[in-house]
Amino acid sequence: MKTYTANITVTLRRAILDVQGKAVEHALHSLHMPSLGNVRIGKHIELTVTAVDHDSASAAVREACDKLLTNPVMEDYQFTLHELAAVGAE
Amino acid sequence: MNVGVVTFPGSNCDADARYGASLAGATVHALWHKDTSLPPGLDVIILPGGFSYGDYLRTGAIARFSPIMHEVIGFANGGGLVFGICNGFQILCESGLLPGALIRNRNLSFVCKDVHLRVENTDTPFSNVCSQGQVLRIPVAHGEGRYTASDDVIKGLEDNGQVLFRYVTADGVPTDESNPNGSLANIAGITNATRNVMGLMPHPERACEPLLGSADGMAVFQSLLRHCNANVA
Repeated sequence: MKTYTANITVTLRRAILDVQGKAVEHALHSLHMPSLGNVRIGKHIELTVTAVDHDSASAAVREACDKLLTNPVMEDYQFTLHELAAVGAE
Repeated sequence: MNVGVVTFPGSNCDADARYGASLAGATVHALWHKDTSLPPGLDVIILPGGFSYGDYLRTGAIARFSPIMHEVIGFANGGGLVFGICNGFQILCESGLLPGALIRNRNLSFVCKDVHLRVENTDTPFSNVCSQGQVLRIPVAHGEGRYTASDDVIKGLEDNGQVLFRYVTADGVPTDESNPNGSLANIAGITNATRNVMGLMPHPERACEPLLGSADGMAVFQSLLRHCNANVA
């Protein structure tokens, strides 16, 4: 078995007005940073997965996102997986 | 009428909901989130307001997987009446018993004040004592009450008469100013397609007698009673 860390980013779906993002964007502009725009605020979820390989770890994270970690009505997600270390049989 | 009110960890309107239902003459049963069965003869289940599981992850997201929700979903699918108030509405959306979702208020602030609601459909178990277009004054108290759904879902709700209550001015006009949270189409409360599940952001149990400033919320409890009595007769 291998252990992976998953870094999951959850954001509001594009079609939904992100009021936090808008408020932060206005604040950036008032700080004289007019070149910055399209601010989207989301959340970051970090967890570990123990799985036989990258594909099954990926499937487990996807299932967690679809069932609990995100709500598809209002959120989108993406994630990256990094192998931590092999768990050797001793 | 037998009404069960679920208490989740973090519910804080469960006692008020039991009180409102009892004022309408209901026999009230306190239900616990870990219960794996329902009392026999239950007519209505109320999911009350509060901050179940601290609103962690998303409002209602964790409560939706409480053991009792398996019973609640089965009860609703069997035609039982389920009424979610505020956090209860959020739980119903998370559980898929109602379409759409409730997200951060447009102004990013918790809003706690009286609002006016227009009754959009009186042909439901939750609104049958109301008159069409009647305006009720009931308080809201929430940070995540902005109802959102895809255009198709909103159109379906409107076409099927599933929008039950809408935020309006005191004289019954839906305006942007009368919308406390930025909900699409000023939506405050909806039913499912079969009209036995209802979610409402404002708190009728906090407006159930004149001493509280308004007794308009009793209309919902009295409608449930009338519906249950008619089904017994």
